[in-house]
Amino acid sequence: MLFTSYEFILFLLIVFILYYVVPKKLQWPLLLVASYVFYFFSGPENLLYILFTTVSTYLIVGRIQKSKDIQEAYLKEHKKEMSREERKAYKEVGKKKQWKWLLLVLILNIGMLAVIKYTNFTIHNINGVLELFGSDQQLSFLDIALPMGISFYVFQTMGYAIDVYRGKYRAENNPFKLALFVSFFPQLIQGPISRFDDLAKSLYEPHRFDSRTVAFGLQRILWGFFKKLVIADRLLVAVNTIIGDTETYRGAWVFVGMMFYALELYADFTGGIDITIGVAEALGIKVTENFIRPYFSKNIKEYWNRWHITMGSWFTDYIFYPISVCQPMLKLSRFSRKHLGEKVGKRITVWLSCFVVWFATGIWHGASWNFIVWGLANCFVILVSQELEPLYRKFHSRFHVDGTFGWRLFSVARTVLLMSCLRTFDCYRDVPLTFRMFGTMFTDFNWGELFNGSLMGLGMTLADYGVVIVGFFLLLGVSLAQRKGSVRERIAARPYPLRFVIWFGLFLLVILWGTYGIGYDASQFIYNQF
Amino acid sequence: MERKKSKKKTAVCVLLSVVIILVVLYLLQRLLMPKYMSGVLEGAMVSEYYDEEKDHDVIFIGDCELYENISPVVLWEEYGINSYIRGTAQQLIWQSYYLMEETFTYEKPDVVVFNVLSMQYNEPQRETYNRMTLDGMKWSKSKIGSINASMTEEENFLDYVFPLLRYHSRWSELTGEDFQYFWNREKVTHNGYYMRVDVLPAENVPDGRVLADYQFGDNAYYYLDKMVELCEENDVELVLVKAPSLVPYWYDEWEAQMEDYAKEHDLKYYNFLELIDEVGLDFNTDTYDAGLHLNLSGAEKMAHYFGRVLAEDCGLENRRGEEDLERAWEKKRQAYDAEIARQQEALAAGEPVK
Repeated sequence: MLFTSYEFILFLLIVFILYYVVPKKLQWPLLLVASYVFYFFSGPENLLYILFTTVSTYLIVGRIQKSKDIQEAYLKEHKKEMSREERKAYKEVGKKKQWKWLLLVLILNIGMLAVIKYTNFTIHNINGVLELFGSDQQLSFLDIALPMGISFYVFQTMGYAIDVYRGKYRAENNPFKLALFVSFFPQLIQGPISRFDDLAKSLYEPHRFDSRTVAFGLQRILWGFFKKLVIADRLLVAVNTIIGDTETYRGAWVFVGMMFYALELYADFTGGIDITIGVAEALGIKVTENFIRPYFSKNIKEYWNRWHITMGSWFTDYIFYPISVCQPMLKLSRFSRKHLGEKVGKRITVWLSCFVVWFATGIWHGASWNFIVWGLANCFVILVSQELEPLYRKFHSRFHVDGTFGWRLFSVARTVLLMSCLRTFDCYRDVPLTFRMFGTMFTDFNWGELFNGSLMGLGMTLADYGVVIVGFFLLLGVSLAQRKGSVRERIAARPYPLRFVIWFGLFLLVILWGTYGIGYDASQFIYNQF
Repeated sequence: MERKKSKKKTAVCVLLSVVIILVVLYLLQRLLMPKYMSGVLEGAMVSEYYDEEKDHDVIFIGDCELYENISPVVLWEEYGINSYIRGTAQQLIWQSYYLMEETFTYEKPDVVVFNVLSMQYNEPQRETYNRMTLDGMKWSKSKIGSINASMTEEENFLDYVFPLLRYHSRWSELTGEDFQYFWNREKVTHNGYYMRVDVLPAENVPDGRVLADYQFGDNAYYYLDKMVELCEENDVELVLVKAPSLVPYWYDEWEAQMEDYAKEHDLKYYNFLELIDEVGLDFNTDTYDAGLHLNLSGAEKMAHYFGRVLAEDCGLENRRGEEDLERAWEKKRQAYDAEIARQQEALAAGEPVK
């Protein structure tokens, strides 16, 4: 059930009505039922995977919690009899046991994800190696379809398991409440990857109908629809045309495709998240923001703090930090400092942790070398920027550019361009082709071919270009206005007729300009595939 | 008091907003829906029936082989038969059935004539043609049934309920015609008859390609059975015809099935492909598109022949002399002649007649 389908709108309408009509204590069970119904429509067999994650997490994390409780009770009871060392040793034993349980739940779930998502990728690589060595033996591919949103709910649930293990909060006692946390339907398709302590309270507590909250939620949904249907899906046709014909569309066309894709991806992903957050908001539930105007970032590090924030923070909290402070890494740090000097030595572990995080980020996005190279390319750029930071500072102070509008604008443009370049790995079939096509921007670049009418051959009419331009400036205007606070709040403070014109106007734009219905292919959200 | 006033104000605002939203959406929908006033006229045909006085002796139901091949004006003038053609492009048999069902809610003619070419289709075909038949129908149980029976996989019922959702992207294709015919459309047919006066002789008409299966589908038979039942229930005589169009090819195997069906159900069945000489059709002069459809000359010959069949075999009475009908047909005759004159002038000037 696509977010932009009639079925979803009807489904949403029924859920909204029931949600505010049923007794408040039945609101969260209703959401659980709705979430499973929603997931059922993605393929009944997919329910098995989400049930597996839910049940295994409930049982195993429950054991971790139980072990913690027993340990705590024992320590409390024997506080006076035990020395500090004894208590520490006792805790260590408990921790080891809990660690084993955690390891089990991680292996089961990440293992399930890995098998489903990466088996064919692994087979593809093994076949490649066999071919390289002249073997005519080839392994057969498995017929496995990737269940909708599996990367998101597995990561979200594993975050919960690790947090319980770390003692950040207690495990959820009610299996159905945990099931809702895992499967909450608005964020099943493309996140955000919520934290249990952020989401749980508002997910389970009763909500009374508040017209302002509901209106705000609907407005956010509408804005998401605008981004997705008016901009992203319109550009999709042109992007697919460019990347689908690498013989014709080279040089300047690669640049055009790259910039179109940057806008398409932004409108698609942020539009989807707007719908997610809007749906939750209309139900009175607060979901974590996933974007803070990422294309206004002045460097790539800042960009990654503002784009897909929940994924970035997940990798930081559950991969980067644990790796940085694990025993082998600490040993390596000591070793490298001793042999390479303090300055370089202490950075080795940071570089290595960064490498692991970006490798994981890449492969999380998709089982292909393109995504791995894309992740590592991001890592490379971030590390180089980090290492050159002192040089940049010198340059800024020498030429007094820091803080000037021109320099900020340049920095933003540079970041957008850099990110767009890296995103070309999303587009082309394989890594060599990506490099080849990227290279044509420097060898075959010819502005002229863009203005001989060929732009109309990308599957977009003049009217489509007009809509994209208007949409782009609307996005830009709203993003600029957001820097001074919530745009919806400010609109809400205006007189009713103006509010009506704004929101009804936006509704009409979606209705008229939206790419939906006959003649348009219903397009999945790009992040749905991850 | 203040609170009461504020509540009242809110209610007025909400009500006004709802009204504005509905009006704007309605107007937009009206603007964006195709008007079919030039080029493809077929989409405007179905709705014209509702403006008619519903007192017909014969209703023709079927595809282009009916609405282009017989002239109701001649049927009236020569035989006093008051007829109407409820035809649309590539009208599928279930659409014919539901049009028949809808027609019977308005009137009970003596005879319904159904063209059997659509028996070849067992599944929904093309959305464009569905739209031309279904958009013009008034909302009724029959329309809902017809939509459900006709939708292809890519279609959605909601798009029929709110055609704005289907035609929303026409905003960039709007022409003067969309504004000119915003409220009212001109008639494009003469009691459902689509006139063409030009001539394009039928030369080298190809034989039909070999088919893997000549058996009409279950679904087609299902709706033909339903038509028979419906006519029986309403005491209306159902007459089956195969119009004298050379293309698409009418196979002997199909003919045999229709003959058997007519015999089995005691229905009259006329295959005009076998009566070309009797009708007096000459495909050098009586077709405007090389044998697919008849032109005015051919359609008038058909009416001349078939009118006698209807009068003699079906016992239809000559209603000439009924004052109201005479007046109505006189007007129709004038419009008919005016269209003939317009098309002939266009032809003489070397312009397309459409």
